[in-house]
Amino acid sequence: MAILKHTGLLLWKDLLLELRRRDSLMTMFFFGTLLLFVFHFSFDLAPDAVAALAPALLWLAFLFTGTLGLAQLFHSERENHCLDALLLSPLDRGALFLAKTGFNLLLMILVEIVVIPLFWILFNLSSWNLLPRLFLVTLLGTIGFCILGTIMSAITLRARARELLLPLVLFPLMIPVILATIRCMESVLRTGAFDDAAPWLRLLLGFDVIFLTVGVLIFDWVIES
Amino acid sequence: MAQPVQPIKKRKGILGALAFVAVAVGLYWSLIVAPPDAYQGEVQRIMYLHLPSILTAYLSYFLVFIGSGMYLWKREKRDDILAHSAAEIGVLFTALTIMEGSIWGKPTWGVWWTWDARLTLTAILLLIYAGYMMLRSLMEDEDRAARAAAVLGIIGFLDIPLIHMSVYWWRTLHQPPSILRPDKLPWENVHPAMLTALTISFVGFLLLYFYLLSLRYRLGEMRAEIRALRLQREG
Repeated sequence: MAILKHTGLLLWKDLLLELRRRDSLMTMFFFGTLLLFVFHFSFDLAPDAVAALAPALLWLAFLFTGTLGLAQLFHSERENHCLDALLLSPLDRGALFLAKTGFNLLLMILVEIVVIPLFWILFNLSSWNLLPRLFLVTLLGTIGFCILGTIMSAITLRARARELLLPLVLFPLMIPVILATIRCMESVLRTGAFDDAAPWLRLLLGFDVIFLTVGVLIFDWVIES
Repeated sequence: MAQPVQPIKKRKGILGALAFVAVAVGLYWSLIVAPPDAYQGEVQRIMYLHLPSILTAYLSYFLVFIGSGMYLWKREKRDDILAHSAAEIGVLFTALTIMEGSIWGKPTWGVWWTWDARLTLTAILLLIYAGYMMLRSLMEDEDRAARAAAVLGIIGFLDIPLIHMSVYWWRTLHQPPSILRPDKLPWENVHPAMLTALTISFVGFLLLYFYLLSLRYRLGEMRAEIRALRLQREG
């Protein structure tokens, strides 16, 4: 499977760059934390009310931090025409798509692993036992976000004001994921289980599978010199 | 040698005249011949515009999808012009639909806007294709813009069923359909004059739509021709 090997190589390249520079991870992490503070000051809620708002607030934070990461996603390729060199190499473009999606996913997961418990600490929530389930829902939603985000980041690559344009084209398309993750998390927080959330979970899974397939197939055209 | 830019053909004028007549007759049937609704009264008449507008908008987004797919496949400029033109007119008709809906909603539901599933879906469609227009206008290189827009045109269209599902599960309040109902045939349930008014209005909107599309398409062609001429002159 050449495509998987190439994906691994490209992913390793991005990880290595990130390990040396730590630009994206640090900015995303601090921005996520900062948003939690801003939310806390803006709402100033009692713990009961916070539990009802937690899914929406968390997902707002992930959307914003994720967009920050996406805006930087092809940054290293734009410098010194690295993208042209990458496109000249005998790589499957699908591998480039998978690697970029995986890289952004990894960054977002690292941020989420810190931000979710931090939210529970800052807002004095006690339902720690539900965190694994919430992580699972968040993971499914984040995968969808990164898939579509990578495609949108690539098509806005050569546009003027691309950092502003990216959320404009991405957020309306993300509405199924936003709705599904938030409803799922609410249901988990309310009942402690996935019972009511089954259709939403299927929708999330469907979204991820559909756009992952579309992405691999279409990326040839998305990114051309 | 590039062809000199041609003016708009007469045929299109005939299509425009037909569209004008059909819309006018449709308005006559909608406003005068058809009886007022049994429950909603006169305000229901806006439905004769509302339904054709949204159906034409959906047709438009389907054409964006087709044009985008064809462009990526064959790389013919005309498919890109078709997708671009259809997106622009689709945004126009979606915006019209939302405005008509608001005018109807205020007296009927008591609010200009409510977060019902179908309203939300329509608003999201407007946002997606407004984003599409934005993407096109922010890219200098024509071929790159065409490719990027085609990808968005395809993904946006594939996303519609998912958005539809999610907002429907989220909430629904809109009128259940009164024409295409599972339990009754259209003519058993709706006054025949109402159906006629709706049909004429729909035909009028379709003609108007294709008239606008042909004008917008020609405009796109002319832009491409002028660009080619300019490139030729500059050598």
